[in-house]
Amino acid sequence: MNIIKTLDVKGLACPMPIVKTKKAIDTIASGEVLEVLVTDKGALNDFTAWAKAGGHNIVEQKEDAGVLSFFIEKA
Amino acid sequence: MTVNTCTAADVARKVIEKKELFILDVRNEDAFEDWKIEGQKFEYLNIPYFELLDGVEEILPKIPTDKDVLIVCAKEGSSIMIAEMLSVEGLDVCYLAGGMKSWSMYLEPIKVGELPNGGELYQFIRLGKGCLSYMVISEGEAALIDAVRFTEVFTNFAHEKGVEIKHVFDTHLHADHISGGRAIATATGAKYYLPKADAIEVVFEYTELADGLTVQLGSSKIDVGVLYSPGHTIGSTSLVIDGKYLFTGDILFIDSIGRPDLAGLAEDWVGDLRETLYRRYRELAEDLIVHPSHFMKIDELNEDGTVAKRLGDLFVENYGLNIKDEEEFRTLVTENLPPQPNAYQEIRRVNMGEITPDNEAQTEMEIGPNRCAVR
Repeated sequence: MNIIKTLDVKGLACPMPIVKTKKAIDTIASGEVLEVLVTDKGALNDFTAWAKAGGHNIVEQKEDAGVLSFFIEKA
Repeated sequence: MTVNTCTAADVARKVIEKKELFILDVRNEDAFEDWKIEGQKFEYLNIPYFELLDGVEEILPKIPTDKDVLIVCAKEGSSIMIAEMLSVEGLDVCYLAGGMKSWSMYLEPIKVGELPNGGELYQFIRLGKGCLSYMVISEGEAALIDAVRFTEVFTNFAHEKGVEIKHVFDTHLHADHISGGRAIATATGAKYYLPKADAIEVVFEYTELADGLTVQLGSSKIDVGVLYSPGHTIGSTSLVIDGKYLFTGDILFIDSIGRPDLAGLAEDWVGDLRETLYRRYRELAEDLIVHPSHFMKIDELNEDGTVAKRLGDLFVENYGLNIKDEEEFRTLVTENLPPQPNAYQEIRRVNMGEITPDNEAQTEMEIGPNRCAVR
């Protein structure tokens, strides 16, 4: 996995995690992976739906001590 | 243009008064499909907020300028963002304060009946989740039936009315929402009643709600009659107040009947459900006014926003009471059931006192519709 960047949006509430993730994904190239750290529980479904809508691929997601990590490969 | 705030109470008035409203719901599609703000004259547009980050221009033609526009999301953050974007484009819109979370929690009290000597009956409608709770008031004393977990709504209301809550009834162990009954009883010193058959695993003290029990409220002695009516749960019990009002819990609704599967025993309980609906209830006076503990669809609301109907009318109009063939009935209530309510097993454990999640966790558990009925 080609993780090029990590975005920490812990503690931010909806819509900021997605807003910042979108900005970050705009700065990387197709095929590169962005790691996002989120604590907003509502993000789980939103990230999946947002990635699907944009054609991005969530290669992996995990949860550790209340922090969700998404690894998003840009379309 | 300014961005205005609408409260859940404002939206509730629009539902009850059957006003028009255009709702732009910016949650993701699954969430919207699963559960939304229902109103008879409401129109909807569902576009997830994350599809509008580059601008709202393309949805502008779809938003009416001749009616109120409400932007809704899960908690409010995204709806504020979208409302501001629309406002910049010159639209006059408002967002729902607290989002669907506050909608799920809002209770609207409506007076639904009179009792002797100035007594009153109030229905507390939780529009967002379809839960109905009741307060019976008689000469300074009050009883609650199937109170939801927002205990202060009831204690404050009792305070405003200058009455003391003396009796708190749960018609059964709820699986779709967290009961406020035990907490209210603890806070007020009232007696808490629960049917024994549903309380096998509970870890707290309660008074048995069983046939033959009579409770008197106020000096005018309003009778609370108890009728064992199993089927939704094995303990489900109905109440008759003043020989006039029938509280059916989750056994009989206006346009549907209770489902028997939420405790995992549909096959065992379907016979009880049939017995209750087709025999026990048939022996009651047809003029009793049925007050259920849920509604499923907004169409079940009366003109004045209340949810209640004469038992005799339900015998004629409710499909679930008109299935002659027992096998057909069995199939209806055990197969092709709607999805189960969100977190229903955890909710049962909370109501048994086994676990005590914090307020935030309780809110999350209760997100979504109640789904206690089959139709």
